[in-house]
Amino acid sequence: MEVQLSGILSQAAGGARSVECTGATIGELLQSLVLRYPEMQMHLDEGVAVAVNGEIYRDRRDQPIPINADVFLLPRIQGG
Amino acid sequence: MPYETDYTNQGFTKVGTRVNRPDGVDKVTGRAKYGADANAAGQLVGRVLRSPHAHALITKIDTSKAEKLPGVKAVLTGKDFPDLTGGNRGLMDILENCMARGRALYDGHAVAAVAAIDADTANKALKLIKVTYKQLPHVTDVDEAIKPGAPIIHDWVRTAGVTPAPTTASNVAQRSEFGHGDVDAGFAQADVIIEKSFKTEQTHQGYIEPHACLATLGPDGSGELWVTTQGHFTFRNVCASLLGLEVAKLKVTSSEIGGGFGGKTHVWTEPVALQLSRKANRPVKLVMSRDEVFRATGPTSSTSVDVKIGAKRNGKITAATAELRYQSGAFPGMWAMFGAMTSFACYDLKNVKSVGFDVLVNRPKVAAYRAPSAPMAAFAVESVVDMLAAELGMDAVDFRIKNAAKKGTKASYGPVYGPIGIGPTLDAVKNHPHMKRKLGKNQGRGVACGFWFNFGGQTCTDLNIGVDGSVNLTVGTVDVGGSRASLALIAAEELGIDYEQVRVTIGDTNSLGHNDTTEGSRGTFSSGMATIFAARNAVDVLKQRAAATWDIPVEQVIWEAGEARAKGRQNNNLPPLSLKEIAAKSPRTGGPIAGHNEVVADGAGVSFASHMCDVEVDPETGATKILRYTVVQDAGKAIHPDYVEGQFQGGAAQGIGWALNEEYIYGDDGRLQNAGFLDYRIPVCSDLPFIDTQILEIPNPNHPYGVRGVGETSIVPPLAAIGNAVSNAVGVRMTHVPMSPPRILKAIEDGQA
Repeated sequence: MEVQLSGILSQAAGGARSVECTGATIGELLQSLVLRYPEMQMHLDEGVAVAVNGEIYRDRRDQPIPINADVFLLPRIQGG
Repeated sequence: MPYETDYTNQGFTKVGTRVNRPDGVDKVTGRAKYGADANAAGQLVGRVLRSPHAHALITKIDTSKAEKLPGVKAVLTGKDFPDLTGGNRGLMDILENCMARGRALYDGHAVAAVAAIDADTANKALKLIKVTYKQLPHVTDVDEAIKPGAPIIHDWVRTAGVTPAPTTASNVAQRSEFGHGDVDAGFAQADVIIEKSFKTEQTHQGYIEPHACLATLGPDGSGELWVTTQGHFTFRNVCASLLGLEVAKLKVTSSEIGGGFGGKTHVWTEPVALQLSRKANRPVKLVMSRDEVFRATGPTSSTSVDVKIGAKRNGKITAATAELRYQSGAFPGMWAMFGAMTSFACYDLKNVKSVGFDVLVNRPKVAAYRAPSAPMAAFAVESVVDMLAAELGMDAVDFRIKNAAKKGTKASYGPVYGPIGIGPTLDAVKNHPHMKRKLGKNQGRGVACGFWFNFGGQTCTDLNIGVDGSVNLTVGTVDVGGSRASLALIAAEELGIDYEQVRVTIGDTNSLGHNDTTEGSRGTFSSGMATIFAARNAVDVLKQRAAATWDIPVEQVIWEAGEARAKGRQNNNLPPLSLKEIAAKSPRTGGPIAGHNEVVADGAGVSFASHMCDVEVDPETGATKILRYTVVQDAGKAIHPDYVEGQFQGGAAQGIGWALNEEYIYGDDGRLQNAGFLDYRIPVCSDLPFIDTQILEIPNPNHPYGVRGVGETSIVPPLAAIGNAVSNAVGVRMTHVPMSPPRILKAIEDGQA
């Protein structure tokens, strides 16, 4: 699947705005992303969020990713 | 057992009613216990010595005289905080902010601390500590800090988000870019382009209760912390990491909270209080003064923002860009990134680009402030949106409606939106009676939109039913805005009992599993979800007890209106059993009846609001009076409408203060000039009109009741709404917040020139 990146996360993928990854769940997707781009681990440790078809998931690594889903990796949001 | 989180469109009998809040009497009678209200036998008074310099090397700290002062039980400097962070840069920043390590990075940075038998002794001890400083060049302005030759705050900072990675130090800690499409092509299609630069000054959350805690930490590494905080579980984890403690051995209890708004999501003095206690082997109470709160906790960023938007004559925006520079204080942050993500989130744009630069300066570490970073971005963007509408000869609301994001829009920060409420809020504004009020001389009206993300996070809740049928609900999210009332309503709804039968307690860290901090408008969303599921868990037990009593399969028992009912013709002779009846028999039917739930409450859904504001500006003095203010916001489902409206009104009130008066004023010496409420002017009742509200309920598909977070978005539009109103009143575009009387007079004068 195509995973779109933005902000500082694209730098960890060598400046790419989107990358090809595999994974049936968010956890598998992130694992595959780190295997390909080890620098991404630092950002995963700091926290990221994954938008799947517009729904933003911060913590649920077991969330299934449907086929042909719109997947966007975002920095983790803080709130007040 | 997992429970279904999808929205079900169920009917309600309790949810949506306006019951009295359970903590109200305690708060108005002075019985409620806040951060400074706890005491322990033998407690000491903690005090912190702070740098008077904006930037200085600490060449020597002589604590010997202070240590010899009778009554002094412990003295700390940076050397008493060994680096236990394991190379975690974020933790090290927190540690260094709590206590300077060889260098004072801002006016107010802690350099030493004492614990003594009373306040007089502690204050005398502070005066006996001799710190030798070597002053260094400083910079406090966000634009000055990125100029070549500006003093470098940290020589180890390389700008993140830039390819290839830089090799030299910079005050720009991070560059963050968001957007899609081709903005150059979009601007080429535009008939009208407006480009403008804006500045906003630094503001503090202004919570009335200062930071306060009572810390006890023994030599065995076991301790307790009573503290005013938005997130006692997070405080526990951070303090344990910084001080080398086992998480389970530090019990943190959250007090009642006198306001936080993001500022109490971070630790400031709590690790210092714990370390003082460990060294003195006695409890230490540490309460910040207001001066310390201003100088040494976490205000929001001051900013400098450039916005450019182009549109066709038909009112359709063709391209939009923003460059946002946010200062994060003396430690790297992600505040400009949030500004860049939120700046154009209200609009459906084919070509959009926003770039954020997080900038280091010699000011206190920036903290979250209610929808952090979004208000400043909205001020700039919504001002240009208004200017563009005027240039096109379009009504400002119609122009926004024409360009509003909707379900299926690709958000400017990336993902595609699900069902969202920006369009309905704008429609409500257009049709609101407020918009029909005639304006008088020197009066102006402004409208603006705002966006915030919201999130859910880790949540853990217990529900225990007493033998008399009363219910104790224990949650781990600190109640910052009336959530106990909302959660009691939810429990009552699920169990089918009276609201008054439920008592909600905020559990300490030893009572529940981890709960994320109350931030991101998550309290009622996430603990509400966990409460629903914990109650359903308890209902399962109640049904089992009823089934056992009746000696029928549990599948033949349903729960309705607060009682177990046996289904089926064969059970017609079995009268219903109420919750109270089942609870009364519980000691002999299997023991206590309880429900529990732990959940990662994702799916909070994004939030939108639109505000209207009428002002009158005195052209002689530049003073602005808010004549009328209306908030329209989507709440998904208002569990307790009073507290939803309270959040709307509170955010608007804070935004009004930010827009018109509040600002950190630094002298050329880099020292804060107005660290008190006399000189840093938050709005009081007489400054504010009644703030009208309109709740929209567009259900969140990811919550059983359709709830969305409501706590933060209401602070996003006010700067822009008031900016547009003042600009319309004086006939000059206001570009600098706060729009204080001198700044308005200058703008009028410049406009006339």
